[in-house]
Amino acid sequence: MEGNEIRALIEEKFSNAVISQHDFRGDDTIVLDRKVLHDVLGFARTDPGLDFDLLVDICGVDRSEMGLEPRFAVVYHLVSTRHRHRLRLKFPVPEDDPVVPSVTDVWVGADWFERETYDMFGIRFLGHPNLKRILTHEQFEAHPLRKDYPVNRRPALKPIPADILTLKPFKG
Amino acid sequence: MENALNKQAVSDDLMILNMGPQHPSTHGVIRFVITGDGEVMQRAVPHVGYLHRGIEKLAEGLPYPSFVPFTDRVDYLAAMFANHGYAMAVERLLGIEVPRRAEYLRVIVSELNRIASHLIGVGAMAMDIGAFTPFLHGIREREKLNDIIEELCGARLTYNYIRVGGVSFDFPQGLDAKIRAFLDTFEPLMEEFDRLITVNEILVKRCANVAVIDAETAKSYGLVGPNLRGSGVDWDLRRDLPYSAYPDFEFNVCLGRGFRGTLGDAYDRFIVRVQEMQESVKIIRQALDGLPEGEIKGKLPRKLKPAKGEAYGAVESARGELGYHVISDGTDKPYRVKIRAGSFNATSIVEHASRGLMIADLVVLIASLDVIAPEIDR
Repeated sequence: MEGNEIRALIEEKFSNAVISQHDFRGDDTIVLDRKVLHDVLGFARTDPGLDFDLLVDICGVDRSEMGLEPRFAVVYHLVSTRHRHRLRLKFPVPEDDPVVPSVTDVWVGADWFERETYDMFGIRFLGHPNLKRILTHEQFEAHPLRKDYPVNRRPALKPIPADILTLKPFKG
Repeated sequence: MENALNKQAVSDDLMILNMGPQHPSTHGVIRFVITGDGEVMQRAVPHVGYLHRGIEKLAEGLPYPSFVPFTDRVDYLAAMFANHGYAMAVERLLGIEVPRRAEYLRVIVSELNRIASHLIGVGAMAMDIGAFTPFLHGIREREKLNDIIEELCGARLTYNYIRVGGVSFDFPQGLDAKIRAFLDTFEPLMEEFDRLITVNEILVKRCANVAVIDAETAKSYGLVGPNLRGSGVDWDLRRDLPYSAYPDFEFNVCLGRGFRGTLGDAYDRFIVRVQEMQESVKIIRQALDGLPEGEIKGKLPRKLKPAKGEAYGAVESARGELGYHVISDGTDKPYRVKIRAGSFNATSIVEHASRGLMIADLVVLIASLDVIAPEIDR
């Protein structure tokens, strides 16, 4: 299916949730409301005309320095190995309620992508089986890819326990 | 990192075993927490992030061309693809054309790099299983490839060769003949390699029917590249969503067929890599024959300032789709760069694919997925 046909199909099906769409530089993109996130991705996966069987990528974007509202967006890149077409779906997410539904039940591979997005941006995925930090340490306290996180900040180290260097007899 | 060794109650005679992060068979600093019932694993949970360097954050503070050397560090065994994907994304964002000669040079170096990467991939897999000699044969050939690429761009691993708009250097005199001479010796050597290890009964017995990943599971986990093709899914970006000069060349897409066991087992993934090297040889020969004359770098403004917008550029790396999603806000620095790498998904499938395997077969599974740690953690 051609890119404009894909966009027309999804716009027709989810007409009240489509915010905008474009094909800048040939990348077909649809921006939708996050209320329909799970429905539209499930539709993209199962509809025989679309058949997006590979979830290529999930990533977050902090748009605060772009002057866009709401602050965050979650971007999904899909590809169909049968029809050989691509699609990008974007869902804006507000800062005060950074929650979107998880799509781990549609593609199992969404698991780690969602964990990474949570780790880097603090966007939570409702229904994710194991939403923990993946790339940073679990004691890490911020979300480093947010624009207000300075690139040169070093996370504070925990003080070394005083007794760690004293040798103690091993107790089996 | 939660301390699984202390926290989880060890009950029902289950054993918790830690593997890594410093372990010769994890192919980099990855850690696996294995829950095993004796020798049989219930699961092996990968813990990643030890090599996280925040490359995506660094990109936001650098002008577009200055980020290219950082992409080398995304995948140090196949850095050409990492360069290429980023260059493609920025070129699409700028809307510029790349000269034909530069596209051909990109294809040649990419395919040379694919051979080098697969030689390490299959060699290291054989080494993990216990056969040391094939690894040395692979390293020996890769050393020749490193010499060729060093002569071209001065670097042996982190090339910084494919730049935005083209490539950094044209072929020096005589390199064409050197590459041809390498290919002429490489093909008979592959036969030797096949006799040495590919049809080796010990390797076949260790890999066949081990860690079977069926096509649906592979797609659902987002596997790409040789891992996906090993499961029998006919998908190759070079042919299906062609980029660069690939439409000009004829080559086969190698698929797993259950050569010595089940479709999608570790042996299929091994064979796919071995066959892909031969396809790469074909592509390089065609590209050398048809190498057009002309410029090697497109016309670029002094300062790259793409229009507001976003673009996605993806190449078929040695580990599958390596994609860069670049967002521009109209300044000379990228607003956001997201790197999508094949090893990330390949590692995530380990927990699923390791169920019911023997602990010794975990090494086979990891090696057959050909994961590389910097690409997982970025």
